[in-house]
Amino acid sequence: MKQLVRTFLTIILVSIVLLSITNRLNQSQGFSGSNTLTVYNWGDYIDTDLINRFEKETGIKVIYETFDSNEAMMTKIEQGGTTYDVAVPSEYMIDKMIKENLLIPLDHSKLPNLKNIDERFLNLPFDPDNLYSIPYFWGTVGIVYNPEMLGGMEITSWNDLWDRKLRNEILLIDGAREVIGMGLNSLHYSLNDTNPKHLQEAKAKLDTLTPNIKAIVGDENKLLLANREAAIGITWSGDASEIMSENEDLDYVVPSEGSNLWFDNMVIPKTAKNIDGAHAFINFMLDAKVAAQNTEYVSYSTPNKAALEFMPEEMVNDERFYPAPELTDKLEVYENLGKRNLATYNELFLEFKMHRK
Amino acid sequence: MENKAKFNVYSLPYFLWIVCFVIAPILLVLYYSLFDIDGNFSFVNYQNFFTPVYLMMTVNSFWYAFLITFFSLLVAYPTAYLLTKTKHKQLWLLLIIVPSWINLLLKAYAFIGIFGTYGAANKFLEGIGIGSRQILFTDFSFIFVSVYIFIPFMILPIFNALNKLNPTLIAAANDLGASGWVTFRRVIFPLTLDGVKSGCQVVFIPALSLFMLTRLISGNRVITLGTAIEQHFLVIQDWGMGSTIAVFLIIFMFLIMALTGARKRGV
Repeated sequence: MKQLVRTFLTIILVSIVLLSITNRLNQSQGFSGSNTLTVYNWGDYIDTDLINRFEKETGIKVIYETFDSNEAMMTKIEQGGTTYDVAVPSEYMIDKMIKENLLIPLDHSKLPNLKNIDERFLNLPFDPDNLYSIPYFWGTVGIVYNPEMLGGMEITSWNDLWDRKLRNEILLIDGAREVIGMGLNSLHYSLNDTNPKHLQEAKAKLDTLTPNIKAIVGDENKLLLANREAAIGITWSGDASEIMSENEDLDYVVPSEGSNLWFDNMVIPKTAKNIDGAHAFINFMLDAKVAAQNTEYVSYSTPNKAALEFMPEEMVNDERFYPAPELTDKLEVYENLGKRNLATYNELFLEFKMHRK
Repeated sequence: MENKAKFNVYSLPYFLWIVCFVIAPILLVLYYSLFDIDGNFSFVNYQNFFTPVYLMMTVNSFWYAFLITFFSLLVAYPTAYLLTKTKHKQLWLLLIIVPSWINLLLKAYAFIGIFGTYGAANKFLEGIGIGSRQILFTDFSFIFVSVYIFIPFMILPIFNALNKLNPTLIAAANDLGASGWVTFRRVIFPLTLDGVKSGCQVVFIPALSLFMLTRLISGNRVITLGTAIEQHFLVIQDWGMGSTIAVFLIIFMFLIMALTGARKRGV
């Protein structure tokens, strides 16, 4: 018993000593409790060099945490255990967070670099006048495919996927809105359609695609497509460009019927303690050179017009990832359809998954 | 008297554990299952469960769980039997158990590589002249990987039962003229039935609610109740429906426990 008590006491003592040492170290580097900034972002979604630079320039210590789904992020912010100062949700989630009072309005006078952002990406329906959010990256949903494996066949539209030659060649992404949306788009309906009849039609159309579908997968699709496991994948443009940097044979296309246009925006959630620091961080990320460096690292499409000048030309001129305004006008942003409609989408998606070949 | 008091004090942690981590969560699941997606009190989730989608899913889950249990048993029983005949039983047993210490996801990812179009399995098939074929994302790969993962849990109880078996009983059966097969059927198997039962329970019940493997190995071509629960909680955030499915899973598990346990008392 005595020995047990002694062991415990030693562990506690060591912990206290270590804690005070970390505290002391942080203070000697100019980081005190009040001068930290907690950033909550998607995994592998920032060039970490930039965090170091921000810390050096401002003396604010950045604590960087990551999440892997909008839903998980929102749950954590709702519970409010951690004081997140900046978060990067997607557009439909921002709409939801505004409605549930989870965001703090931005002070645009502290964000002079906002002028760098392309006007196409400002003042969008999910956040009029950008009261709560600033675009970080944007992109599309489309088809990444391997022309060589398909014998030079070219794919330009969703309906091309129903070709009989493509048996067992398609990897779908495991997302209800993406897949049901693809069904809707192929029938020329809106991605935000909630008409039950249209949704049933879309599901019936998707059922006829089953012979061509190899699997419905998540993030593994990057690995599978790069390894030529299948010739076609439906995915987000950012993932597509990542796959294409692994395997140069692949090509990406935004289908001609239309598709989804998505945004990940920076916001300041209700949990924020260091609101000035958060503004400083957002403004820093909006700087043209910083955004250019970040975009080269992340390889998603940047909404920062001024940054394009500092980026390699072949990146900026790539129509697949920087489509012309005529094309982006045809794309649709997901609206927050509400829980009930989202449940309908997911139920249909489950039914579709259960449809056997 | 004094003994009884002591017993109570020491069993306190046990009861606290049971209340906090078994009874309370089950009650919470029951509680949540009574609210619809908008947070109103209703039984609509229970009605929903009896629609074709979820009934189909239940049938699917049972069918795959049955197949997984069946093949696990098929492999595990002879293995456990051979193990008891080896010289270094404990060492062999350890070697079988060690892989179960490795993270499940890691193993699943390894199988994606092995079963892939250009993976080791297809290289082998080509080598022996069968030619490459699709293995990943099929029922076969799903059941194979699940069996691989569950096998240690099936072997352990059967091994213990076989190990405890009194060898004189087998000798007696031989002396009385029973052939090897008859000895197995009439003596060995009935005496190790308890091991088989607990093995089946330990495999069947988790197999009923498998979810990560359904996506990684079978590419969402197999949908089980576990997949649906995950989706309801994480994607739709409809905790009510997710909880309702969980309630049914709990009911199924109690039924299975009751069915497989009942005969024990009869013997």
